[in-house]
Amino acid sequence: MTKNQQYKTEPLKCWQKAKEIRLNYYRDYALAHEKGGIRWSGGAWSFGAIPQGLGDDVYCITGEPYAASIAWNKKFALRCMEEVEKRGYARDLCSYMRNYWGSVLLDEYVFGGKFPKPDFIWQDHICCSHAKWYQVVKDIEPDVPMFCIDVAVGPYNIVNDNKLDYLVGQMLDGIEWLEKITGRKYDDEKLIEAVYNECRSTAVWAEICVLNKNIPAPLDEKTMYSLYVLGTLMKHSKIVADFYEELRDEVKYRVENQIAAVGNERCRLMSDTQPPWGFLKIFRYLEKFGALSVGSLYTFGLIGMWEVKEDGTWGPRTTPQQKGIEIKSREQALRILADWNLSKPEWQHFYSPHIKSEMMIRIAKEWHLNGVMLHYNRGCEGLTVGIAENRLALLEAGFPVMTFEGNMGDEREFDEARTVARIDAFMETLGFDKLE
Amino acid sequence: MVTAGIDLGAKTIKVIILDNGNILIRKIGLAGFESKKAAEDLFNKALSDTGIKKEEISEIVATGAGKEEVEFATKKVTEVTAGAKGAVFLFPSAKTVIDVGAEEGRSIRCDETGKVIDFAVNEKCAAGAGAFTEAMARALEVKLEEFGRISLKSTKTIPMNAQCAVFAESEVVSLLHAKTPKEDIARAVHDAIASRITSMARKVGFEKDIVLIGGVARNAGFIDSLKREIDMDILIPEEPEFVCALGAALIGKK
Repeated sequence: MTKNQQYKTEPLKCWQKAKEIRLNYYRDYALAHEKGGIRWSGGAWSFGAIPQGLGDDVYCITGEPYAASIAWNKKFALRCMEEVEKRGYARDLCSYMRNYWGSVLLDEYVFGGKFPKPDFIWQDHICCSHAKWYQVVKDIEPDVPMFCIDVAVGPYNIVNDNKLDYLVGQMLDGIEWLEKITGRKYDDEKLIEAVYNECRSTAVWAEICVLNKNIPAPLDEKTMYSLYVLGTLMKHSKIVADFYEELRDEVKYRVENQIAAVGNERCRLMSDTQPPWGFLKIFRYLEKFGALSVGSLYTFGLIGMWEVKEDGTWGPRTTPQQKGIEIKSREQALRILADWNLSKPEWQHFYSPHIKSEMMIRIAKEWHLNGVMLHYNRGCEGLTVGIAENRLALLEAGFPVMTFEGNMGDEREFDEARTVARIDAFMETLGFDKLE
Repeated sequence: MVTAGIDLGAKTIKVIILDNGNILIRKIGLAGFESKKAAEDLFNKALSDTGIKKEEISEIVATGAGKEEVEFATKKVTEVTAGAKGAVFLFPSAKTVIDVGAEEGRSIRCDETGKVIDFAVNEKCAAGAGAFTEAMARALEVKLEEFGRISLKSTKTIPMNAQCAVFAESEVVSLLHAKTPKEDIARAVHDAIASRITSMARKVGFEKDIVLIGGVARNAGFIDSLKREIDMDILIPEEPEFVCALGAALIGKK
């Protein structure tokens, strides 16, 4: 029982299942060849539903969550980064990218054994680093073929048929390329099923996040990191879509029964961007003040798909299935997939920090926040660019903001003592003492 | 009501004992490597000098980077809260407090009660802190007290790297080799620190009146540079390094 506990708490019943799904994912990828399957590598943002048309024995490894797993293993992460630096790559590059490269260069899989070389790379260009990430991997492993989709068509509010055509055209080319390099015949039915699954899993994740508007919050962000990650691994899979429905039902039960993530909840915060993965204990430190992070645009919007509901609040995007749309062709599936992904909240702020500020202020209001904790993440230029503008906008909207510098994947750039001191000061300014 | 404030900073410890808001004593000493013992010794010295017994003190409030070391404290507050409280006590019109200590620079926006509205702290870099001025004074082979004064004699502006103490130090060495007068180098160093501090302070904004606290507020050269940088007047307490200890003692009075 936590100090000054006012709500009951209990562990998530489906926690173990989430861990198993993640473990199986990395194991299945590593052992794919033993079962005659195919391995591909690419970003968590890539259109993973498309390679599913090659068969049920196609397994992927998404670079960012894999690199985050490395970051959590501080010893291995340091070896990865030192290996990359030895090769002359700059220390201020994306730390996910550096961790991934390090693992390839060392030929070591963070889960044990040699790094399982992919059969092909399937990537999209969401930011400068993502554009270069696998180009360097291909330099290291020239025999691994690579296909990249350019997605830089602007924010969703200006997406039109021409922009969708641009994406769908590349996707169609990509399918031809997949057939050519794997020698397999492409199955549109499997693509359609994967698209349905992706829409379902990402909408349900948003539904789960909505439940955190409740007081007490049924989930804290530290826990959510271990759950949203499944979507970053294989948002297109039935396993993840089914699991998220199970999780949603359990979280609903927690809300109905006032089961809190943090029993002494009295201060609600949100963070932003990837956290310093090696130091998630700072989220536990918040609990000394009865504070918790209930989420962030990052946790909600990297995997969750959202729309503004009739009452003006943010809710899960209505899926094609819910709209009664039946997908009948490859082109239709790809168009829905492109449109769906381009509406991803985390995609929008690559184009303007103001779009991000609007979404953050919406979260701050609808999730009843007392303040905001912004991670000036030196490890990810894509998600951190414009964050100082977001800070100003949040302050103007009346939400106190604390900032701390760090790095999601390079612990050398995170100062734990200083961050804790800032949290102390921030909590004091919000009027919360440590609960003794 | 007697209260005490102890600011265990990176370099020095400051102790203040208040009796109903009146300062009974101020004490300052080096933190050293045994800061826990140094704090206790300094506090005991303050007690014996005033003739007050520890039991007569209703609240002992610790602040500063080493506040957790002050085991006999009854309450602990951060330097941000203490600094704002102390500055507003001394200057009720204060709305912005700039605190430059040995290892850290801070900027605080507060209301008329001393409640913190927003704050910014320098990141992992010594270029905006007192330890840097000490290192530069050593490089110029002048006493720290002189370092501030001689820079006032300079009228030249020499640009210097304001982002990194290490790079700035190598620039100082280059300037020395180029036979640049010491006063011009001293001013360049103060300008660089002022630029760094101002950049940080702009994150929370400047609102009059602005109060400068912390040990570096004793450095006339830095004050001159900071005034030129922000183009505004700055209020400076008589004992700027004691303001956080004062704020802590005032918080104990509540």
